[in-house]
Amino acid sequence: MFAQNISIVFQWLVFLGTAFVAILASILMITRKNPIHSALLLILTFLCTAVLFFLLQNPFIAIIQILVYAGAIMMLIVFVIMLLELEEELVSPLKISFSKGVGVLTALLIMLGLFFAVFGGARGAIGEYTPEKVSQLGSAKVVGKLLFTDYLLPFEIVSILLMAAIVGAIVLAKQRPSEKE
Amino acid sequence: MGDRALPLEETAMLEFVWLIPLFPAIGFVINGLFGRQINRKAVGLVACAAIGLSAVFSSVLFFVLLKQPDYFFEKEIFSWIVSGQFAAAVGYQVDALSIVMALAVSWVSFFIHVYSIGYMHDDPGYPRYFTYLNLFVFMMLNLVLANNFLLMFVGWEGVGLCSYLLIGFWFEKDSASNAGKKAFVVNRVGDFGFLLGIFLLVTHFGTLNFSQIFASAPQVLTVSAATMIAVLLFIGATGKSAQLPLYVWLPDAMEGPTPVSSLIHAATMVTAGVYMVARCHVIYEMAPVALAIVAAVGVLTAIYAASIGFAQNDIKKVLAYSTISQLGYMFLGVGVGAYSAGIFHLMTHAFFKGLLFLAAGSVMHAMSGELDMRKMGGLRKLTPVTFWTFLIATLAIAGFPPLSGFFSKDEILWHAFKQSRLLWAIGFVAAGMTSFYMFRAVFMTFFRESRAPETVKKHIHESPKIMTVPLIILAGLSIVGGWVGIPHALGGANRFHQFLSTAIKVSHETAGHAASKVHIMLASNQPAAEIAKHGMTSTHSAVDPTEYVLMAASVGIALVGLAFAYLLYITKPGLLERLVSSWHRLHRLVFNKYYVDEIYEYLFVDSLKGLGRGLWKGADTFFIDGTVNGVADVAGILSNLTRRIQNGLVQSYALSMVVGGMVVVGYYVIRAIFF
Amino acid sequence: MTIPPIPSAAYLIVGAMLFIIGAVGVLTRRNGIVVFMSIELMLNSVNLSLITFSHFLNSMDGVLFVFFVMAVAAAEAGVGLAIFVQLYRTQKTIHLDEVHLMRW
Repeated sequence: MFAQNISIVFQWLVFLGTAFVAILASILMITRKNPIHSALLLILTFLCTAVLFFLLQNPFIAIIQILVYAGAIMMLIVFVIMLLELEEELVSPLKISFSKGVGVLTALLIMLGLFFAVFGGARGAIGEYTPEKVSQLGSAKVVGKLLFTDYLLPFEIVSILLMAAIVGAIVLAKQRPSEKE
Repeated sequence: MGDRALPLEETAMLEFVWLIPLFPAIGFVINGLFGRQINRKAVGLVACAAIGLSAVFSSVLFFVLLKQPDYFFEKEIFSWIVSGQFAAAVGYQVDALSIVMALAVSWVSFFIHVYSIGYMHDDPGYPRYFTYLNLFVFMMLNLVLANNFLLMFVGWEGVGLCSYLLIGFWFEKDSASNAGKKAFVVNRVGDFGFLLGIFLLVTHFGTLNFSQIFASAPQVLTVSAATMIAVLLFIGATGKSAQLPLYVWLPDAMEGPTPVSSLIHAATMVTAGVYMVARCHVIYEMAPVALAIVAAVGVLTAIYAASIGFAQNDIKKVLAYSTISQLGYMFLGVGVGAYSAGIFHLMTHAFFKGLLFLAAGSVMHAMSGELDMRKMGGLRKLTPVTFWTFLIATLAIAGFPPLSGFFSKDEILWHAFKQSRLLWAIGFVAAGMTSFYMFRAVFMTFFRESRAPETVKKHIHESPKIMTVPLIILAGLSIVGGWVGIPHALGGANRFHQFLSTAIKVSHETAGHAASKVHIMLASNQPAAEIAKHGMTSTHSAVDPTEYVLMAASVGIALVGLAFAYLLYITKPGLLERLVSSWHRLHRLVFNKYYVDEIYEYLFVDSLKGLGRGLWKGADTFFIDGTVNGVADVAGILSNLTRRIQNGLVQSYALSMVVGGMVVVGYYVIRAIFF
Repeated sequence: MTIPPIPSAAYLIVGAMLFIIGAVGVLTRRNGIVVFMSIELMLNSVNLSLITFSHFLNSMDGVLFVFFVMAVAAAEAGVGLAIFVQLYRTQKTIHLDEVHLMRW
């Protein structure tokens, strides 16, 4: 009995710990004065999410999450924070004004609504890719196969999108000749 | 009679009846478009030639008409309105009544056009004047030749328009443009009644064609319907022909050039009302009440206007009130059923009143534009042609035989006497008053010493030939024009009446006193020529001796008027001053035209102005502007409020998104919980 | 006694909480970079939900969707930060309540 349960228990433990850390880190993230602290805490949140992806038997996406989010995007953000030489916010970062209070309240209400919505669990049409099949085939392989057959068009469009983003970023961030003076 | 084949060419000429109005229309277009580019002489020539051609062609058609059976010809030119059941066409009708009117209008217009070339010689608006004048004749000819009410109404309105344009010809003068507006507005009031009458006709008959309406009227109309229609049409006539209570525009219309006063306000336009009543005699015969109203209004207007003429000092105003008074006589004539007598007086009046106005214009020309008779005098020797023609016209209007006015006025009074002694009596007194004030005008203007200032006296001269020749011609017509209507009582055949009877078939009109025979023949619808012939031969029945008595009385009262005028203005002017000062208040009342204009201004004009002001302030400024501005203000306020949403702050936009998200989520949650 | 496996609701609740925390961060913070990071957090939470659904509904659609979301997030991060850099250069501040150029 223990043997059957041990994996489930382990999973539960990992899940609870990771979830707790993720939520804690994100709450801390939005309350720090120092933006670098916020960036580091966000990285932690991303790592926790990656662990959750592992738990959901999708190692491929978990690795992609670490590589793209925690690696590339957060690096960009940290670079920009360093580049802009931001001073610390002198005022308390959570200066409460009326509209902000309203916003927070609304957000909490949404959260309650979402809780209500997900209460029954995931509902929807059942597909054919059971987790066992995916892990047997290899999740990367399955994703790759689908990417080049069913989802070819979005794939190509995303590549164009990325190119546009690159060009845009370069154009936007370029120093104008007059500013060099 | 009448089986012989009519020469084809002659009948075919009637097909060209539309040329009669067309010539003045062409003149109007040429002078209107090119008047200022072409030579002055050419302008006058074009205008007079247009009218001259119309006049000549009308005369030709007159003789052709005599050869037609029934003296009747109708031609539709083109179909104008076809709408469901209702159809109206532009068409002309040539019968005795319309050809008489067309002849009078076109010939008198021709003489006045020729006169105008001299009178308006120095005026800068010379081409415009002739353009309007031609347009007027075109409209008037449409009015008299029309074969349906709609075309007649077009002409009716058209002459009103031209009257406005010509009264306000010297529009730089405030008084002139105001007079033009007054004429148009007062006319409009009358035209409203006229239009209502036309609407009733359409409702009852479904058509506006004269022949169709008059043929079926006795079957279709009840007496009350006919009375209503007749009264409404007569309201239009009161406006156009200046009767009580809508006469007020005519004295003010003297602001226009004198030939305009002569043509429009004496000879032609103002007679349109009389023509209309005569044309609609079938309807009026069915409504004795309406006829009584017509006669009463006519005779009351006659005496009322005559009384005002006593105290006026402006020579044109005297003639204007005289016109109103004589129009009253015409309506008296048609009101007692003597339609041809009314038209007869219309024709003779066109001659002598047209002449009077032209002669007054000649006097003004001699006196360098002076109108006040108190400053005139002594023109008898200095402007002889003007004097003699004026005198002839005065004798005619006063009703001295054998001039034309005697025959026409006397026939009206005779028929009035047969209808009602009271009507006759009022008309009789008015005739005496007419004689008095007309001779007063003659004596003040032409006799005794000149009372003019020296500068004016030096320039007194007779008018040029181009002005005096029409005077002479019209004077001749004033003398002989009545001889076509010499009644049987005096041994004549009254051809005028017989000719008109072919168009105006009434059972009781008995100028020849052979009532029964003519009546039977009329009822049997025999051809007109036969009736005329019988009428002529059946003059042997007895002539009522009363007619002679009345004739003598008419001449007598005219002499009395003449004598009084002579007494007060030639022999004993001191008497005049004493009378004026002892009847001071009455004199002032009459001199101020019984303050009617002031009364109208107070009653109608001021109240309308007040209404306008009230509507302007209340409805327009407060309500409509307020609403429109209010809508704009509301839009502004709303936008000021909603503007704050877009403040450029990213986080407030994010807040909006979150709130929107909450709404969506909330909707689904609530739906899931409660349903 | 068998302990039930982790229900999908658990993951989804975690995802919802992360989403809301990110939303609160967007609404509340003045610093533009922190707001941007909160947006990334929101995107991430959506990824979590999608993978959850994909796992429990035996479908790969969610996984592919997440793939594309990540690509778009990367592109967005690149361009967005470039905008931030440019904004700092001209306005000398990245505090969002001082930047209200795009208003009426």
